[in-house]
Amino acid sequence: MNATTGSLTQSHPALWRIRLRLAWKSLRSGWALYSENPVGLVGLALIAAFGLMALIHPILMATVWHPPIYDPLIGYDREIIVHPSPPTWVPNAAEEITSLSPLPPFRHILGTDPLGRDVLSQLMFSTRSEFALGIMAALVTVLIATTVGAVSAYFGGLVDAILMRIADVMFMLPFIAILIVLSSLFDFQMVHLALVYGLLAGFGGNTMVIKSQALTVKVKAYIEAARVAGGSDLHIIFTHLVPNLLPLSFLFMMVTVTNAIFSEAVLSFLGLLNIRMSWGIMIQITQAAGYLLISWKYWYLMFPAGIAISLLCSAFYLVGRAMDEVVNPRLRKR
Amino acid sequence: MDTQRELIEVQGLKKHFPVGGGLLKRANSFIHAVDGVDFTIPRGSSLGLVGESGCGKTTTGKLLSRLYEPTEGHILVNDETLGAVDLAELKGRQLKTFRRRVQMIFQDPYESLNPRRTIYDTVVEPLAVQHVGDPMERETRVAELLELVGLTPATSFMFRFPHELSGGQRQRVAIARALVIDPAFIVADEPTSMLDVSIRIGVMELMQDLAARFEVSYLYITHDLAVARYMCQEIAVMYLGKIVEQAETEELLANPLHPYTQALISAVPIPDPAMSRESIEIKGGVAQPIDPPHRCRFYDRCPIADTICHDQDHPPLEDKGNGHRVACYKV
Amino acid sequence: MMNGPALSVYNLTMHYGTRQGEVSAVDGVSFDLARGQSLGIVGESGCGKTSIAFSLMRLLPDNARIKDGYILINGRDIVAMDYDELLKVRWRRIAMVFQAAMNALNPVHKVGQQIIEAMDLHLGVMTTEESRERVAGLFDLVGLDPALMDRYPHEFSGGMRQRAVIAMALCCNPEIIIADEPTTALDVIVQDRILKRIRTLQIELNMAMIYISHDIAVIAEVSDRIAVMYAGRMAELADAMDVFKHPLHPYTYALLSAFPSIKGERRALMTLPGEPPDLLNPPDGCRFHPRCPYASDRCRAEQPPFEDLGNDHFVACWHPLAGTPSPSRPRQAAQGVF
Repeated sequence: MNATTGSLTQSHPALWRIRLRLAWKSLRSGWALYSENPVGLVGLALIAAFGLMALIHPILMATVWHPPIYDPLIGYDREIIVHPSPPTWVPNAAEEITSLSPLPPFRHILGTDPLGRDVLSQLMFSTRSEFALGIMAALVTVLIATTVGAVSAYFGGLVDAILMRIADVMFMLPFIAILIVLSSLFDFQMVHLALVYGLLAGFGGNTMVIKSQALTVKVKAYIEAARVAGGSDLHIIFTHLVPNLLPLSFLFMMVTVTNAIFSEAVLSFLGLLNIRMSWGIMIQITQAAGYLLISWKYWYLMFPAGIAISLLCSAFYLVGRAMDEVVNPRLRKR
Repeated sequence: MDTQRELIEVQGLKKHFPVGGGLLKRANSFIHAVDGVDFTIPRGSSLGLVGESGCGKTTTGKLLSRLYEPTEGHILVNDETLGAVDLAELKGRQLKTFRRRVQMIFQDPYESLNPRRTIYDTVVEPLAVQHVGDPMERETRVAELLELVGLTPATSFMFRFPHELSGGQRQRVAIARALVIDPAFIVADEPTSMLDVSIRIGVMELMQDLAARFEVSYLYITHDLAVARYMCQEIAVMYLGKIVEQAETEELLANPLHPYTQALISAVPIPDPAMSRESIEIKGGVAQPIDPPHRCRFYDRCPIADTICHDQDHPPLEDKGNGHRVACYKV
Repeated sequence: MMNGPALSVYNLTMHYGTRQGEVSAVDGVSFDLARGQSLGIVGESGCGKTSIAFSLMRLLPDNARIKDGYILINGRDIVAMDYDELLKVRWRRIAMVFQAAMNALNPVHKVGQQIIEAMDLHLGVMTTEESRERVAGLFDLVGLDPALMDRYPHEFSGGMRQRAVIAMALCCNPEIIIADEPTTALDVIVQDRILKRIRTLQIELNMAMIYISHDIAVIAEVSDRIAVMYAGRMAELADAMDVFKHPLHPYTYALLSAFPSIKGERRALMTLPGEPPDLLNPPDGCRFHPRCPYASDRCRAEQPPFEDLGNDHFVACWHPLAGTPSPSRPRQAAQGVF
C-alpha cells in the first residue's frame, strides 16, 4: 500500500485535544438533555446548597463565630441559662428570662442542643462528613458492582458461580448486626461505615443488575470483533464492557448515596455508631436527653437534622432520576 | 495441498455444542452445528457459504476466525508471512499473532461498532491490540483505510461516533477495520443483508475491489444465492452442519445436482414478472441438528430419498467432474 | 358500494413529530386499489411504505398525524372517523399482516386465543365453539394444523408464526389486506411457501392486497400493479410488467438495476451514489434530484406532479425515461449514466 503523506496527520490537532473536545461536546449535549427535566435541576440545586453549607462552615468558624461558643462538638454558650434553648430570634414569652444578658437575634439561629452546642453549627459541620460518607460509599459500591458484574458476565461458568455465591452471602448478611459487632470491636468512624456499606451494597442487588446489563453487551458483535482483532480478556472487559456499563453504574451511585446517608442516620439514631457528630447523632442526642417528640417547643431540636437528611437524600435521588433519562435513551420524550 | 494456490484448507471441521448440562452435570446431548466440513479457498478468491438458518454457516465462519474452538478437525492456513499452520491447534500467543491474518466482517452494522468509541478508536483497535506501529503510524494507516473505503475526507470521519453514520457508512468502517491489519483472509458474515438495496451494491463492489487490490480471500456467508452469485467464484451449500454441494458459481446455478440445492434455487424469487418458476416442494422444516442419526441428513425432507439413503451414514462429498462436488447417493 | 375501487387514497400526507422537528414521512401519495387487485409497494427503508400501511389502518403512534388527504374504503373516508366507527372498519374491511410476527403475537397468550380476541373485538362475541371452529377453519386456510390453536407463540417456528399472523388478519374476512414485509425474516424455502400461500389466498378470497417489500423479486412475483416509493413520495405506479420492462422514473430504473438475480446472464450491477434524504429536511423540488443523473434546474426547484402518462402508468418526474430498455439490457443503454 502506498502511504499517504504525513500532511494528513498534521491537518488536524493532536489526538488528546480532539478527545477533550469530543468529551466536552458530549458533556454539553448530556447537560442539555438533563436540564430539560426540572426534577434534575432541583436536585442539583439542593446538592449545591448543601455543598455551600459545608464549605462555609470553616469560614464562619474562622471569622464570625467564636469557637468556644460555636464549636459543634465542645462549644458551650455560658450566656444562656438553660440548654437546650430556642433560636434567639424567637421573641421570649413575657417574664421569661433565658439569658444573663440580652442576646442578638443571630446568636443562635437554630438554638442550642441539650449539651449547649449551637445547632446550626452542628448541621453545617456534619454536611461535610455526610457528603464524604455518601460519595465514598457510592464509589466503593460502584467499583465492586461494576467489576464483579462485568467479570462475572464475561467469564461465566465457574467464575460466575463463585462470585454470585459470594454475592448471595453478602446479600443475606444482616447489615445492622454486622455494624453492631464492628462498632464494638474498634473505633467505628464514618470512613469505616462507608467501606462496609459499600462492600455489602456493592455485592447485593446492584451487581445483579449490572451483570445482566453486561450480559447484553457481551454478545454484541463489537466484542467479537475485538476478540478477532486479538484483544485479551482484560482488554475487552475494560475497554468495551465497562464503559458501556458506567452510565448504569453512575445511576446506582446516586441511589447508593441516598441509602448510605439514610442508613447512617438510622444507625446513629439507634446509637449503634461511635461517631462524634452527624445529623443522625443530632437526633440521637435529642432523644437521649428526652426532648424528642415532647412538644412543639423543641422543634429546633427535631426538624433541622431530619429535614437536612430528607433533602439531601432526595436531592441525590432526583439527580439519579434525571440522569436515568440521559442514560437510557428509551425513556426520553420523542 | 498446493502451497502456491491454496490459502486455506479445511479438513473434517466439527463443532458440537452441549445441550443441557452445566457446571456439575455433564451434557449427554450435542448440537452438531458443524459436522465434518471440508473445503479449500485459493489465494485471492471468494468462497460463498450458502444455506438457511441453522445450517451451520455462521458457526463455520466463527470457527475460521477462531471465535469458537473447533471440536475436531483442521484449518490449514498457508500464509506468506507466518508460514503454514493449523489454525485449529493454535493457542495463546501464537493464536494472537495469527489473528493478524484472519479478520471478520459482521452482519449488523449497528452492533459491530462500539457506540461509545470513535470511528478512529474502532478502526485502530486491531493495530493497537497487536502492537503494530507507533501512534503516528497508526493514525496514518487509519486515515489511509478510511479513504480507501470511501469515507472521505478521512479526518472528518475519524472522530465521529457510530450513531452519526448511516448503515452503509458503518459497514464501510467495519471493512476498514477488517483490512487495517492487512489480513490474508476475511470471513464476511452476511455483510450486506441489513443494508438498503441501493447501498448494498456499493459495499459489495467495494469488497470486490479491495479483494482484488490486496489479494484478500473471502469466506462469504449468506442466505441469498443471488448475492453469492455476484460475489463469489465458488459456492458451497450447507445443510444441517454438512456441505451437500460445492461447485463453481455458474456451474452450481446452471446445474445443481443435490436435491436440496435444487429446491433452494427453485425457491428464490425472480425479479422479473415475465419469468415464472416452479418451486420444488420439499416437506417439513429445518430442525436443529441435535444428535443426528446415522443416515443422510436430508433424508426426512428429500423428494428422491431411498433405502440406501436411510441405511448408510451421510454420503461423502464426491467430485462428479470439474470440481463439482456433491454429497448424495442418488446422483 | 360494490362498484368502484376497494381503496382510494388521495394526497395522503402524514408527518410525525420528533425532538428535532417534523418528519415528512408520507407526502401527497395517491393511488387506487381495485377489488381483488394486488398492489406491490417497493422502496428502501425510510421511503414511507410502512408509514402508508399504518396510516391506512389508522394505527399511527401519538406523535404522528395525517395532515392532509383522504382514504376511501368502500366510499367512506376513514381519516375523519372516530374510534367507534374505526372499529367497524378495522379488521373487518381492512386488515394487516405485520412485519416480524414476533411483534404481533403476545408471548403469554395462546395463539388461538389471540385470534378469538380479535374476532370478539371486531365481530362481536360468539360462543366458544363457534370461535374455535372459526379459528380451526382459519388455521386450515393458512396451512397450520388446527391442533396448534392451543399452543403458545414460542412453540411455533418462524414460518408458522407468520402463518398465524396471516390467520389473524383474515379472521374477520376483510376485503383489503396489507402485508408488510411478511417474509423478510424467513428462510428462502419458507419464504417461498408463505409467498405462494398469500398469493393463493388473495386470489381465492378475492381480496385486494397491498404487499410491501424492499425486495423487488418478491414484488415481481406477487403484484398485479407496482408502486415505487422514494423519500415519502410515490415515484412511479404502473402494471407490474410495465414497471419492469418500461420504467419511466430514473429511481425505478436504478432500483431494478440494483438487484442481482440467479437467472439470466450475470450482469454488472449499478450503484446509486449518495443516500436517501433526511426527511426532517427534505430537498426542494423533486426529492430524488440530489442523486439523479438527469436532474435539471426545474427538478431542483419544482416538485413534479404525479400524473398518468398513458396506459395507467403514473410517474412523478420532469424527465421520464421514455423508451429506455429495461435492465435486462443495461450495458448498451446505461453506459456512464450512473
